[in-house]
Amino acid sequence: MEILVANSTLLIGMAVVFGLFMAWGIGANDVANAMGTSVGSKALTFKQAVIIAGIFELAGAVLAGGEVTKTIRKGIVDVSSLGDTPELLVYGMLASLLAAGIWLLIASRQGWPVSTTHSIVGAIVGFGAVGIGMDAVHWDKVGTIAMSWVTSPLIAGVIAFALFRSIQKLVIDTDDPLAKAKKYVPYYIFLVGFIIAMVTLLKGLKHVGVKMPFEENLIYAAIIGIIMAGIGTLMIKRLKFTAKADKKFHYANMEKIFGVLMIFTAIAMAFAHGSNDVANAIGPVAAVVSIVDSAGEIVAKSATPVWILLLGGFGIVFGLITYGHKVIATVGSGITELTPSRGFAATLGAATTVVVASGTGLPISTTHTLVGAVLGVGLARGIGALNMGVIQTIFLSWIVTLPAGAILSILFFFFFKGAFS
Amino acid sequence: MVRRSPITNMFAGSPVRPLQGHISKVHECVKKLEPFFTAVLAKDYEQVAILEREIHRLEVEADDLKHELRLHLPNSLFMPMPRERILDIVTHQDQIANKVKEVTGVVNARKIQIPDEIAELMMQFVLVNISASRQAKKIVNELDELIEVGFRGREVSTVEEMIDDLDNIEYEADKTGQQINNALFSIEKSLDPIEVMFLYRTIQGVGDVADIAQRVGARLELLLAR
Repeated sequence: MEILVANSTLLIGMAVVFGLFMAWGIGANDVANAMGTSVGSKALTFKQAVIIAGIFELAGAVLAGGEVTKTIRKGIVDVSSLGDTPELLVYGMLASLLAAGIWLLIASRQGWPVSTTHSIVGAIVGFGAVGIGMDAVHWDKVGTIAMSWVTSPLIAGVIAFALFRSIQKLVIDTDDPLAKAKKYVPYYIFLVGFIIAMVTLLKGLKHVGVKMPFEENLIYAAIIGIIMAGIGTLMIKRLKFTAKADKKFHYANMEKIFGVLMIFTAIAMAFAHGSNDVANAIGPVAAVVSIVDSAGEIVAKSATPVWILLLGGFGIVFGLITYGHKVIATVGSGITELTPSRGFAATLGAATTVVVASGTGLPISTTHTLVGAVLGVGLARGIGALNMGVIQTIFLSWIVTLPAGAILSILFFFFFKGAFS
Repeated sequence: MVRRSPITNMFAGSPVRPLQGHISKVHECVKKLEPFFTAVLAKDYEQVAILEREIHRLEVEADDLKHELRLHLPNSLFMPMPRERILDIVTHQDQIANKVKEVTGVVNARKIQIPDEIAELMMQFVLVNISASRQAKKIVNELDELIEVGFRGREVSTVEEMIDDLDNIEYEADKTGQQINNALFSIEKSLDPIEVMFLYRTIQGVGDVADIAQRVGARLELLLAR
């Protein structure tokens, strides 16, 4: 206990630095995956993508990132079992951040598609099980999280499949796809706004101290949806259509309208990603800060301070600005087969899944969810060719990342334990 | 630390564009039949030789495109159309160009002369075969639209109609081929037997263009039915 009081500034400082390092890594690499489909379908220039990502990753982190942060902070390791050695949790969380951050750095250099979420969860489970004891880990919760890694791509795939089929029915396979697109796209924009707003209002905002009855949430979410649909309608009105564009590819003008929709979907995706993945960086920071602040007393019920959410958000934006733009450019230019109508179905499928997972406090991999969603559209015969080798690398990254994160975090844990005592 | 995103890796190049590029090249080659036979009818064998070389060059280019397409179509792809069928289609497309090269090669080498009695019919025959190839190209160019609609509904009926049209053109070509054969039959006694033999062969070869184009169409039809 005295250790915590004596080194409080140092410990919090380390947590902030490691947390920023991790958030920077997420911003530099992970965000690109979330924005890739938007840039790839040419709905956004990559500059626009960087701006949208910057604003809405931060918004997602602050407004809807609370639940997952809570899970990372105290859902995986049982804090009550620590008794009078709370400093173990502090060492462990620092070790996890460092382990996950370093593992991401190594993996990135090697070009392995590892998930930030898997790294940090592996790291926390690792130090919990070995450093504190097998009983200290909430295995049931870990089981639920692991399950969600399998189900989230599946669910996203199903939603994306359904969305794409609905576009086919309502817009593409009609006498006048252009007119139908003008008619229905605002409804889809409403749907995007409504879903994101609803989940945020229901689950996210209580962490910033706002709580409203369900019906009121419903009304506010609907209003946000309507406003967004209104803006979208105006943007569609301003589009210019030429018969010439349709000559080479009959659906060129229709896709322009979906391009507008895709902008909103990209916003939703950035928001969803911020709400889920920022927790990977700041969950451990929040844990360290709350223990050190309360001088060793592990407060069971405490909200994540907003400044920590902001820290994570800014870390991501910083990563994006210093490095992420390069990655977005590569990702975007690599995808040439994606038109906005497909990009929309896949991205909204993924964003919905991720934001619901954020609401329920499940840390999932945005990238893997998006892969599932793209496959869903592919199953509806909507994409020219998909490389199934990616599925294999995802499985491989699961198998490798969890133990790698765990082993590194165990090493760092014992190092910190030795260094501070 | 730029890492290749799994999202990027997922989007393998679709074979549709290369397939369209290939048939474009093939059709470019087929189109040369018109100036080629115009030159033959005019007995301008210098021009015939030039055009033969050009056709040969286009055929080689089509061949290269074919190989490239095959190389970039790994087994691990998930596509809205079966991989085998794509490979089958490109093989048939390529046969059209091969046929053109073969026919023009023989005509040039032997300096084959078309008797005046069948000259008009011959030109008509060449043109109808070219339009069969053009129709096949048009259908292949609908493939990206088919993917856009997810192989469903109206676009599918449009393509089915186009395939019907191709069948009609092929029938037309068949009929014209018959007419030339008959016309040639009635004058063959007055010609050199070996010349006649090669004339029949030339007619057969030109007619194969429409035949193979129709086969390409039939294979595209199979893509629709699933």
